[in-house]
Amino acid sequence: MEFFIDPSRCIGCQGCVHACAECDSHRGISMIHLDFVDRSSSPQTTPTVCMHCIDPTCARVCPADAIKQTADGIVQSALQPRCIGCSNCVLACPFGVPRYIPKIDQMMKCDMCYDRTAVGLKPMCATVCPSGALYYGPREAIEKNRRAHPINTFTFGRQVVKTKVNFMAGSTVEELEIDVANFMEGAGEQERREDT
Amino acid sequence: MARLPVSEAQLIAQYGPHLHYEPPGGWQASSTAERLVKTHCCFCGVQCGIQLKVRNEQVIGFEPWEEFPVNQGKLCPKGVKRYLQNNHPDRLLSPLIRTDAGFRQASWDEAVTRVVDSIRRIQSTSGKDAFAVLSGASLTNEKAYLMGKFARVALGTANIDYNGRLCMVAAGMVNKMAFGIDRAANPWSDIPLADCIFVTGSNIGECFPILTDYVWRARDNGARLIVVDPRMTPVARTADLFLPVRPGRDSALMNGILHVLIARDWIDHDFIAAHTVGFAAVQAAVTDCTPQHTAEITGVPAASIIRAAELWAEAQNSMLLHARGIEHHSKGVENVLSCINLVLATGRIGRPGCGYGTITGQGNGQGGREHGQRCNQLPGGRDIENPHHRQEIAALWNLDEAELPHTGLSAVEIIDAINAGTIKGLLSISFNPLVSLPDAARTRAALEKLEFYVAIDVFLSETARHADVVLAGSLQEEDEGTVTTGEGRVVRIRQAVRPPAKARTDWQIVIDVAQRLGKGEFFPYAEPEELFRELCRASAGAPVDYAGLTYQRLEQNHGIFWPCPSPQHPGTLRLFTGGSFAHADGKARFHPISYRPPAEDVDAEYPVILTSGRVVSQYLSGTQTRRIGPLVDQYPGPQVEIHPQLAAKLAVKTGDLVRVESRRDALTLPALVVRTIRPDTIFIPYHWPGEQSANRLTIRALDPLAKIPEFKVCAVRLSKVTDCGLDGQRKSQAEADWGWEKQG
Repeated sequence: MEFFIDPSRCIGCQGCVHACAECDSHRGISMIHLDFVDRSSSPQTTPTVCMHCIDPTCARVCPADAIKQTADGIVQSALQPRCIGCSNCVLACPFGVPRYIPKIDQMMKCDMCYDRTAVGLKPMCATVCPSGALYYGPREAIEKNRRAHPINTFTFGRQVVKTKVNFMAGSTVEELEIDVANFMEGAGEQERREDT
Repeated sequence: MARLPVSEAQLIAQYGPHLHYEPPGGWQASSTAERLVKTHCCFCGVQCGIQLKVRNEQVIGFEPWEEFPVNQGKLCPKGVKRYLQNNHPDRLLSPLIRTDAGFRQASWDEAVTRVVDSIRRIQSTSGKDAFAVLSGASLTNEKAYLMGKFARVALGTANIDYNGRLCMVAAGMVNKMAFGIDRAANPWSDIPLADCIFVTGSNIGECFPILTDYVWRARDNGARLIVVDPRMTPVARTADLFLPVRPGRDSALMNGILHVLIARDWIDHDFIAAHTVGFAAVQAAVTDCTPQHTAEITGVPAASIIRAAELWAEAQNSMLLHARGIEHHSKGVENVLSCINLVLATGRIGRPGCGYGTITGQGNGQGGREHGQRCNQLPGGRDIENPHHRQEIAALWNLDEAELPHTGLSAVEIIDAINAGTIKGLLSISFNPLVSLPDAARTRAALEKLEFYVAIDVFLSETARHADVVLAGSLQEEDEGTVTTGEGRVVRIRQAVRPPAKARTDWQIVIDVAQRLGKGEFFPYAEPEELFRELCRASAGAPVDYAGLTYQRLEQNHGIFWPCPSPQHPGTLRLFTGGSFAHADGKARFHPISYRPPAEDVDAEYPVILTSGRVVSQYLSGTQTRRIGPLVDQYPGPQVEIHPQLAAKLAVKTGDLVRVESRRDALTLPALVVRTIRPDTIFIPYHWPGEQSANRLTIRALDPLAKIPEFKVCAVRLSKVTDCGLDGQRKSQAEADWGWEKQG
């Protein structure tokens, strides 16, 4: 079972965001968010859940070594005894996922509903998503049923990030260039920093 | 005399809407359920399966119900947060009687006695029909049936109608005219099987979010998507062909597309000959509807009209779906008929992946229109003026046929009759006409004129504030019953918890009133299942046949599609297979449509079209959803969607207050400047009351047949609000709500 995000299917309903706040491990606080890309010109929205990087930037920049990965690759919220609330992770995450929660002076983030997936359930957001923009299931099913195809490599300038969560892209796309610098003259000559 | 007993602010302080954010005991309380109750969401005609978590006899949350086949666990934000309507601080916990100082709590005995005395007084002096009933399409089938019988038998009034009059009534009437039966022709599982999906006047992504997945699956399978809408909705964004129709021109557009199909001989002659009546007249009616002519009327380019015909013709199997966007018109019936003409002319109905349907909007939009709470209808979808139908129901109800009232007034006409003084008393249930009817000032005047008004409701709605007596009823999850979904599937609603404190189930309240009116013998029900058995018997042999349904069968089968005439019958997934229709001759009917303009078109004085609709986080008049904090935060209040071209003329940018004025009234609301709407049109969602109520602007024009109001088009003029004062405060509030200052 894997997680797939397809913003082209998103209808902006916020069902995922509300459902996230119903999860037992962080009741009342949603760990995910949803944005209009540019409401003035389109109703296009895009949901953001944690991408669960193979080599998570948030963990790399944590001065307290508070952010841990489980053996199956899920990047967890900061450990309470270690987190110093510095927000390095919030600033460093290339996808904008971790949240600093002032009330508890601690970082919290999407853990792909570890409590639910551990007992064979789907993550809450991917269960309720009305449009299939958030999907949790076997790779074979999504490859068979959908025209877009999953990728998990993103380049942010010179940083290449590989993720556990997949992003649905056009059939010819193998990795997503996020940074304008990637499209500028000389971009190909620069050394790419492989993080994996 | 039903003016507000005290100021609106005092009523709001006591009865809300207040925003409710947390489950009982707060987020720190245990979220472990003692039991999960498999039932359905109350907030639209899709009726998604959902499991309510119950602990200490309180609903504390939800758990997805992935086994229910329609939504497989999926939910929109309304479904996710619906549980917050339980244990709500605004919940009415006992009967209320109005006083000079507001409302006071009363015993059931005192409250119902007051109701019955008032009914008797009004009816003895002014006649039976002087007391009217306004009912709701969010009620279960059992309650819809009960309200129809209560009005005709206990009150003896002809004047009962329901808020489906504002919703599905045009499409329902057309289904009977064209097909002889009123139900969506196909199950939603047919959508992913189609090669072409034609959506007109339906913001599926916001109003029926779960059906989006069906449309996307069709696209995954290679289907082409055509969307007709004056706004680029979340689904229209992805369309192969987007036809941004000028509001009020829908039948002209469909005629234009049919013209191309006929001109290019892309119609199904065999189907027309074998299974339909009346094509020649339709052909004649669209002869002049050339693409160029159609483009001039509709504002849709001629090339797009031709392309729509091509995409439709290329498909083997197609689904045409519509909703309120084409139905909320003074010619709603004509708009729907023009769609059916297209479907029939191309023989695209009655096969897997191939058909047609309206998507019903209200929780029980389908069932609510079947069991006799409409002013012209008896149970089983029977016609109240059909002598045979009258005999059947009179016999079942142990009445003389002559005692059965005839056709009464429709919802808007009831308000008019109150204003005219012929209706003096009103009972309402699950209906908030002050917010949901057009021309709200006129509705308010009617409420203030009533001699006696009793409201059955769970919250003190804007309308119920005018009541003399308020009877605390039940939420959907506080009672047993059934609803019929937009695809014709009858499903079970389960009681998760009992009504709190002194509140009672709606049906018990209504039966109590009937008994005290001396009509108890006609209402011998001890539980909803007895009502269901009677409504099934009442439907036997009728157009809407539930005779073979039982609670047990519905529970075992995740619902059953009607018609289901016998206990052995599996139900009817798809109608009209083999081209067999429900008219006596088995044939469908064409109806020639000539386009006519909306009741109030734009002119030099009021040059902009106003169209109204919904947002994803609110339901109908908002009596429930405007009390659920997270849903309100998502879309705090109405904004006026304005295209940049129009905004430039007014020098308005997003966040500025604009005054929108129609011939009825004026509103001042913040602007949202977007390229996703026609430049000649503005959009305001309608879920809010008072100073934010879009229905203060809308026109009371009705479809002559269906009596559905023209919510989707009227003429307005706009101006930028620059002075401060009260509007300045409201702008600050709107800025805080919407966070514009943060957006820069």
